[in-house]
Amino acid sequence: MTDKTNNDNNEPDETPERVVGTPAAEEHTVAEAEAERSHEGPYKASETHQRPEEQQRRGEKIASLWFILAFLGGIGFLVSYFVYGPEEIADPRISQFSNALLGGTLTLSLFGIGAGMTVWARNVMPHYEVSSPYDELPSDEKEKSSFSAFFMRSADESGFTRRPLMRRTLIAAMLPLGIAPIILLRDTGPLPGDKLKVTPWADGRRMIVEGTHREIRPEDLAQDPYGMISALPLMHEDDYGENVHYPHGISLNDQAKSVILLIKMPTGEDGQVEWGEGMTEERRNWTHEGIIAYSKICTHVGCPAALYERTTHRILCPCHQSTFDAANAAEVVFGPAHRPLPQLPIGVDSEGYLVSTGDFSEAPGPTFWDYAKD
Amino acid sequence: MSKTTQAPKALRGVGNFIDDRFHLAKMGEKNLRKVFPNHWSFMLGEIALYSFIILLVTGVFLTLWFKPSMVEVIYDGSYERLQGVPMSEAYASTLYIDFEVRGGFLVRQIHHWAALIFLAALVVHMLRVFFTGAFRKPREINWLIGVGIFSIAIVEGLFGYSLPDDLPSGMGVRILQGVILSLPLVGTYVSMFLFGGEFPGEDIITRLYMLHILLLPALLLALIVAHFMILWHQKHTQYPGLGHTNKTVVGTPMFPAFAVKAGGFFFFTFAVTAGLSAFVQINPIHLFGPFTPTSITSGLQPDWYMGFLEGSLRIFPNTLDFDIFGYAVPVAVLIPGLGVMGLLFGALGAWPFIEQWITGDKRAHNVADRPRNVPVRTGLGVAGITAYGVLWLAGSNDILSETFSINLYLTTYIFRVLVILGPIIAFIVTKRICLGLQRRDRETLEHGYESGVIQQLPSGEFIEVHRESSDETVEILSSKPTITSTALDETVDDKGVESPESRKGMGKLRRRLALWYTRDNVSVADVEAHSGHHLHHSHSTEEQDKEPAH
Repeated sequence: MTDKTNNDNNEPDETPERVVGTPAAEEHTVAEAEAERSHEGPYKASETHQRPEEQQRRGEKIASLWFILAFLGGIGFLVSYFVYGPEEIADPRISQFSNALLGGTLTLSLFGIGAGMTVWARNVMPHYEVSSPYDELPSDEKEKSSFSAFFMRSADESGFTRRPLMRRTLIAAMLPLGIAPIILLRDTGPLPGDKLKVTPWADGRRMIVEGTHREIRPEDLAQDPYGMISALPLMHEDDYGENVHYPHGISLNDQAKSVILLIKMPTGEDGQVEWGEGMTEERRNWTHEGIIAYSKICTHVGCPAALYERTTHRILCPCHQSTFDAANAAEVVFGPAHRPLPQLPIGVDSEGYLVSTGDFSEAPGPTFWDYAKD
Repeated sequence: MSKTTQAPKALRGVGNFIDDRFHLAKMGEKNLRKVFPNHWSFMLGEIALYSFIILLVTGVFLTLWFKPSMVEVIYDGSYERLQGVPMSEAYASTLYIDFEVRGGFLVRQIHHWAALIFLAALVVHMLRVFFTGAFRKPREINWLIGVGIFSIAIVEGLFGYSLPDDLPSGMGVRILQGVILSLPLVGTYVSMFLFGGEFPGEDIITRLYMLHILLLPALLLALIVAHFMILWHQKHTQYPGLGHTNKTVVGTPMFPAFAVKAGGFFFFTFAVTAGLSAFVQINPIHLFGPFTPTSITSGLQPDWYMGFLEGSLRIFPNTLDFDIFGYAVPVAVLIPGLGVMGLLFGALGAWPFIEQWITGDKRAHNVADRPRNVPVRTGLGVAGITAYGVLWLAGSNDILSETFSINLYLTTYIFRVLVILGPIIAFIVTKRICLGLQRRDRETLEHGYESGVIQQLPSGEFIEVHRESSDETVEILSSKPTITSTALDETVDDKGVESPESRKGMGKLRRRLALWYTRDNVSVADVEAHSGHHLHHSHSTEEQDKEPAH
């Protein structure tokens, strides 16, 4: 801690030309010398720089003042606890106020104790500069050779070194036990299989606006001010079995891999969408009246690529700023992602609702080792 | 003032009771007399220790109510704005701590602030140890333990951040899973086993909770205890000064002075943490809302210690990604997500041994280096800080872009350049500053310090009077070790034959590194303190004719 500068506080008069950044001259007051003569402390007098009695007395008063303040703070904390009951802190404003009150009094109490102890150490207690030897760390040769001889003789006597059959069978006996804990972890989860590649999207499945149960028609997108809707597959009762119910009708796992961005592309003067070169004939067939669907999960590390800018038709992931071109098969235009967002083939059913006509063009989500393999 | 020599009866009784059973009198006195050198930088590790204690205490309090469960419930607690919203039990129980447990909000914030301070204190403490060479023999193992504590602490912090299952915390887990998936061959398996299936599954919070409150804290505690036992055994390093040698430590004894000062400092640390928690809101999860895998907000920021990884993920280009037989290797996730951490901890852990290999220095060091006296190490340290700092800033490039109205993509390009150039420039500049300081030290040692007093000589010339430095300063300056390396010792024997080691590849490399490591340093071995001419100015006027003007 910072006692190094302790002696610099009261500059004696004989060194007036001291400049900032230069060392102070040694200081020995008369009182200190006297204190050293009458020293009976645990450490050598030359290493114990007593504080003058007057300083000690002042230190005692200041430290006590801090402790009293800390006491009051502690009392305040106890009182604050009962000022607002559990019902009242449900209101965020009161909760915040209660937090400040409890925290403030606690701070006062802790700070008071800390400050008091520091004043005690700095003004009442002597300033010690005790010297003590660092231990010689390496043992001397005699100890070392004695130990080594003892150890080897004991090992020898035990037979561990001399009886290889026993030694090797013991090591062999340990091996399976060493592997056992790792084997026991096998049931922490299922094997990947095709779980990461298959989603609930299939031919004829309708879609709902994320966070609602509203099914989507192409007109909804034309009317949407952003030209973009975040959507999930509409799940049926028998998809999860009879007794399983999810708040939004779809499990979080399925949400995480099947969420899509439905985008209504702006049309040019001829009423046609200007698709990029990456939009093959097949991919254009996956769109419906200028509406195109991409996986919303970024192929980088899986954040939802939720930001869509209509004028530049770019999709941006706010986590690491991977940017995809919605007009060009969601090719990466910037950022750390490497592959495009998978496209979902869509169409309309007989009642005029938007449906998927199959699963994603590729595995959705963060890129993994075998994403491109069937 | 009365002198107490005889312990009061009650204390004697307790003392005897313990001593009868443990034979502690001698050992007790030895340990209570243990000397701790004084310097402000030695309290950085203390802050880390005290924050850890605060974390343990507040963490236990939080477990009384927190439910590590991902079962989806419809919230009906007392926080009105989220009533009726589906969320995990983990998030709901965190809201319960915030709005239905008195002092719960405060303790949760203290826990979070203490975690941030713990990591920060660890980092700064490590930098102190690095820059002063306190990791050198005999303390290399304690340095490695420190690196271990640092790496576990980061993971511990990340897992704790993930538990409340609010939107940013869930997104952190999502990114973690994305990084795991990028592992070649085993990525999907590790992810499935860790999450108990697909993301997010229903197990991950429960598992992270176990790791966060049981396994990792136990490891941390064990390592911290080992760290202190080694410190206690080897005694603390000290800075150069009068009487401070490799064989003698000078400082404050444990009892009474250090114990009181350290105790007071614990309360200060706690007070600052509590004060921040009272008045500076942190991680207001009730404003973020529960995690859903489909939603996100812009401007998301992780806790500060994850910032450099976030920045790496943001600026690493995707051009190095490749396929091998149709299998994907997403380098742009692997290197920033895992490689950067490996590089950081690997470099930290290896440095003491690399330095020892370069210098061939096998001596034990108890007196720490002044950073300027080892310019290459100091330069490398600053270069490391610069690289870390650039990555850290890159982790908030969207916020920087918005605040300063810079094109978002441009910030990425700027950071890509800076992360390469910055450390190089930082190294060169730091090394030069160190060498400049060394020269000034040499001059101060030779000529004394500039007193600030301007004197006019009879000839009309103005000079600044130099005065003799204190004994302490002279000791500090003249104790500067000359940096050498055994690799630079004469490698040609008396028959003119080069030693085989120095001709081999590694020997050559070592020699070259040793040259780089020792070059340009100023030696004070030949300097007699205050032998310089400046001092005589005030006494004699004859000499001034022979000297050039200053």
